[in-house]
Amino acid sequence: MNVSYQWLKAFVPFDETPVQLRELLTAHVATVDELVALRQDLAPIVIARVVEEAPHPDSDHLHVTKVDAGTGTLLDVVCGAPNVTAGKVYPFAPTGTLMPNGLKIQKRKIRGAISDGMLCSARELGLGDEQDGILELDVDVPPGTPFLRALPVGDTQIVLDVGANRPDLLSHLGVAREVAAIARKSLSLPELAGAGEIALPGATRDPRAARASDVNVSVAEEGLVRRFMGVVIRGVRVGPSPDWLVKRLEAVGSRSINNIVDASNYVLHELGQPTHAFDLGKLAGPSIVVRRAQPGEKLVTLDGSERALNEEMIVIADAEKPQAVAGVMGGRDSEVTDATADIFLEVANFDPRRIRNARRALGMSSDASYRFERGVDVEIAPVALERVARLVVGLAGGHVDGAPVDLVYEPLAPRRIPLREKRVATLLGASVPADEIATLLGSVGFKVGHDLSVEIPSWRSDVAGEVDLIEEVARLRGYDSFPVELRPFRPTAVGDDPQWLTGRRVRDMLVGQGMIELRPMPFVAGGSDYVRVLNPLAENEAYLRRSVLESLARRAEHNLSRMEGNLRLFEIGSAFEPSKAELPAEELRVAALIMGRRAPAHFSDPKTPEFAAWINYGEWDAKALGRLIAATAYPGAAIDVTVTDTPEVLWDIRVDGKPTGTVRRVALDAPVWAASAFGVELSLGVLASGAVAPRGESAHRKFESARPVVTRYRELPTTPASEFDLALLVPEAVRAETVEAVMRRVSGRLLERVELFDRYVGSGVEAGHRSLAWRLTFRHAERTLRDREIETRRSDILRALADELNVRQRTG
Amino acid sequence: MNLDQYLSEAAAIEREGTAALSAATDVDALEAARVAFLGDRQGRLKSLQESLKVVSKEDKPAAGKRFNEARAHLQSLHDERKTVLGRARQVGAKEDLSLPERRAWKGAKHPVTLVIEEIEGIFRELGFTVAQGPEAETEWYNFGALNFPPNHPALDAHDTLYLEGGGLLRTHTSPVQVRTLQRYAPPIRVLIPGTVYRRDFFDASHAPAFAQIEGLCVDEGISFVDLKSTLNLFAERFFGASRTRFRPSFFPFTEPSAEMDVQCGICGGSGCPACKGTGWIEILGSGMVHPAVLEAAGLDPERYSGWAFGMGPARIAISRYGIPDIRILYDSDVRFLEQIAGPVLSGAEG
Repeated sequence: MNVSYQWLKAFVPFDETPVQLRELLTAHVATVDELVALRQDLAPIVIARVVEEAPHPDSDHLHVTKVDAGTGTLLDVVCGAPNVTAGKVYPFAPTGTLMPNGLKIQKRKIRGAISDGMLCSARELGLGDEQDGILELDVDVPPGTPFLRALPVGDTQIVLDVGANRPDLLSHLGVAREVAAIARKSLSLPELAGAGEIALPGATRDPRAARASDVNVSVAEEGLVRRFMGVVIRGVRVGPSPDWLVKRLEAVGSRSINNIVDASNYVLHELGQPTHAFDLGKLAGPSIVVRRAQPGEKLVTLDGSERALNEEMIVIADAEKPQAVAGVMGGRDSEVTDATADIFLEVANFDPRRIRNARRALGMSSDASYRFERGVDVEIAPVALERVARLVVGLAGGHVDGAPVDLVYEPLAPRRIPLREKRVATLLGASVPADEIATLLGSVGFKVGHDLSVEIPSWRSDVAGEVDLIEEVARLRGYDSFPVELRPFRPTAVGDDPQWLTGRRVRDMLVGQGMIELRPMPFVAGGSDYVRVLNPLAENEAYLRRSVLESLARRAEHNLSRMEGNLRLFEIGSAFEPSKAELPAEELRVAALIMGRRAPAHFSDPKTPEFAAWINYGEWDAKALGRLIAATAYPGAAIDVTVTDTPEVLWDIRVDGKPTGTVRRVALDAPVWAASAFGVELSLGVLASGAVAPRGESAHRKFESARPVVTRYRELPTTPASEFDLALLVPEAVRAETVEAVMRRVSGRLLERVELFDRYVGSGVEAGHRSLAWRLTFRHAERTLRDREIETRRSDILRALADELNVRQRTG
Repeated sequence: MNLDQYLSEAAAIEREGTAALSAATDVDALEAARVAFLGDRQGRLKSLQESLKVVSKEDKPAAGKRFNEARAHLQSLHDERKTVLGRARQVGAKEDLSLPERRAWKGAKHPVTLVIEEIEGIFRELGFTVAQGPEAETEWYNFGALNFPPNHPALDAHDTLYLEGGGLLRTHTSPVQVRTLQRYAPPIRVLIPGTVYRRDFFDASHAPAFAQIEGLCVDEGISFVDLKSTLNLFAERFFGASRTRFRPSFFPFTEPSAEMDVQCGICGGSGCPACKGTGWIEILGSGMVHPAVLEAAGLDPERYSGWAFGMGPARIAISRYGIPDIRILYDSDVRFLEQIAGPVLSGAEG
């Protein structure tokens, strides 16, 4: 909402400067986003007094003068205006001023006489077209005072951030009401400059239909409009608006169109009531019908666009077709033009939801729809009608023909809300005495009865309950008036979300491992088995990701395009799957992607060819990372990293036997120099999205925190271990884990550790086989193992491996 | 052997032994010198000791004394050198130690995470725990339960991404307020960090998905003074000792509603471009929980009251780290993320 500082002053005689007003409005009413100083081109102009005046010796129309511009010395100024008079004050442009018309004032000689500055006319200042000479001022300020400060020609636009709950602030009247309250000044509706005197007969009231002059005005069905007023004005002369009106509209960021439209816009900004003038000559009937649009109806609106209408939209139609989209925009056919002689002035009040639906469906917005969808005071319509009519008659001539009509509206008894002084104190944390409450509320138009029963004014539809009144008390008193004192509190009954704790633990671990956390956008190109966004920002990112690793892969490509190929990326975030339930299935995941060097290069790194493969991350690092992430996320659980049959997945991660994640190669759109990429993705559990309890009810569960998993102490062995190595020829079809399983089974409880320490393929190893070497460590908790015990196990293992897996000891 | 011969022999052994022991540059060489001079079997002092037998009886005391001197000298020199060389072996070769160290990759938390963790830390001290909820939400949890009237202009600030098959992407973390209030009985003090979505096109200050962090406190007798005091304390901790102000605002789910500003850290309140000349920087929205929200969650608003706040860690991150464009946060360039995480490297790459 753009507010004119000067316009506000017409309502309230306050003394605050724009900056002071900004502070007050922001503290008590609504935030001032910006102060825009208008007419700053006039900032150099000062008030000056002509001290001496004499005719120019070499001219028959010029005058030489001595001017006091507050500089301490009198300036010589040559002036061509016939009305320059000693002793009078005028606006003065000192040397160096850039005038609104682009002229730069310079010190120069005019026919031999020095002229140091210029006394200005209204036209030269862009303040009007009068050419009677320089602008004689009737102000009592010392010479040198800035012109903008001495006279209300300058203005400041106050850009007010009005919340959706305060439509009453969408007018100067509404803002002025608040200013009057906080500045403790009186509020009055200003006299209308240039308004005509009219005799306005009492309105003809009817629930559905009435005549205004010869116009049949009717409302087709109930519920379409809250109030519909109209009046006929005949014999207007459409033309430009006077300067003051043009300036007022400019000050609020609105453009002058013609005197009729401007009168309507003026009252919109003054009272917050949109009105619309139809060219009566263009209305068939003549009649005005408020009705639903019919299917297939179209209307070319004032902005020149053809709009397809539907039955949910209300139109203002004549006998034949729509002439305006109610509350949103008028039609071009019945627009007021230079040829217009008679007008029908509509002043209506529409249901906010209907207007909002219509303007959204039409994809357009206007000053009118903005106000209607927030709610316009239903009581302001007759005031607005009278003011627009008086302005039209004053500016464009003509006369009101017949009585206005006033349809649908029935006055309602004012709403009352009881307010409890004690409740104010409880909620605000500081007691506010009843009489102070009454004064505060009274200052903005609430009528406070005894026992704090509060009558709600018609313009405050937002105040629906006691708590709304408490907010009024708090803000009018000032939020700053409430003390800052930390008071005792009871400890929360809610423990930390377990997934949050898990995520934090995993994040800390991964960062410790040298990984970098990303927070990318979760949208992907997707496809049929993805969750689709109905109204996506871009068609190529219209789906929600099913995998967090997918996001990391795209971000890895982004980094590769910037020549960054050593990547250790991770993210903890949501992935989504389509579901038959009300919402998609959502799961919290951790994903990690590694590629490139496993550590920064160092001069001592081995440079042999076989080392080249070691230098970069490989699948074995990914396998380790997968296990580490799982063990960190699920402490105490059994973690298995198992081989899969799917080609793109290297390993499944099982947590207590349940498939929970994967380790895989990641296919990237990568340059040739890029290393292979490997990824890990692990679920941290579903995000429950079902209803916690039925609406309006509470489950009121007691929080049960998961007990931390602890590993108990086991006595450390004091007996010596025995170990032996087995170098085995393992057929390629036999997995190492299968061999290990046999070793464990045959060895029994004394086997402490099985460690694969070598793999060899090449000369000396039979084709279709590889040589794998394990070290087995045995220990008895109480005694030293005998050689025979170890030997027996060794031969038992070898026999079992040979019998069951055709795995033999490698010789030579 | 006469005494002169013996004494000159002893002096020669002492001189040569001193030279050999001093010349040894490692423990092995020192040991070789020790064996040569102090060795029990073929050491030269051993043979000098043997020679004592052939010195005449009257010269023996003088010769013996000289022998002892030589042995004591070489032994102590050896011991001293052994300590020095042993220490040197622990340090290793004294090569060019200005060469760069071997480094490991340094990890990095995302700047938004750093901000969230700092906020979390402050509110933990104030007795808050963390609550979480889904990002795909129902209309009721996201709007209805939070007192958004259907089809109200208040929805304009929540341009929503809707999902095929039902539901929407939550536009704020506030649905978790309702879920928490429905799930547990007060007293409730929870902090709710999470990702939220708006149908905002990417630009220098907007992203369609971004982090929000929200707090909720509900119990008997909670007041606006509690709201002000707690948030004020937070601002002091988080931004340093700067002044705050509270101004009226509007959120459907709070009443009264207030926005909190902190004094602009750049101009100190006198007004500058960073604070649009106002001297204040907008930090968070807050308010007393609207009775309709408590009722929607099955709580009696006559018995319970509370306050809530919400803010954007990404906004705080870009101002804190001086990031000119919010897209940089989501671009995921590792050079940026490593930079914010702090210096890792010395020399060449630093």
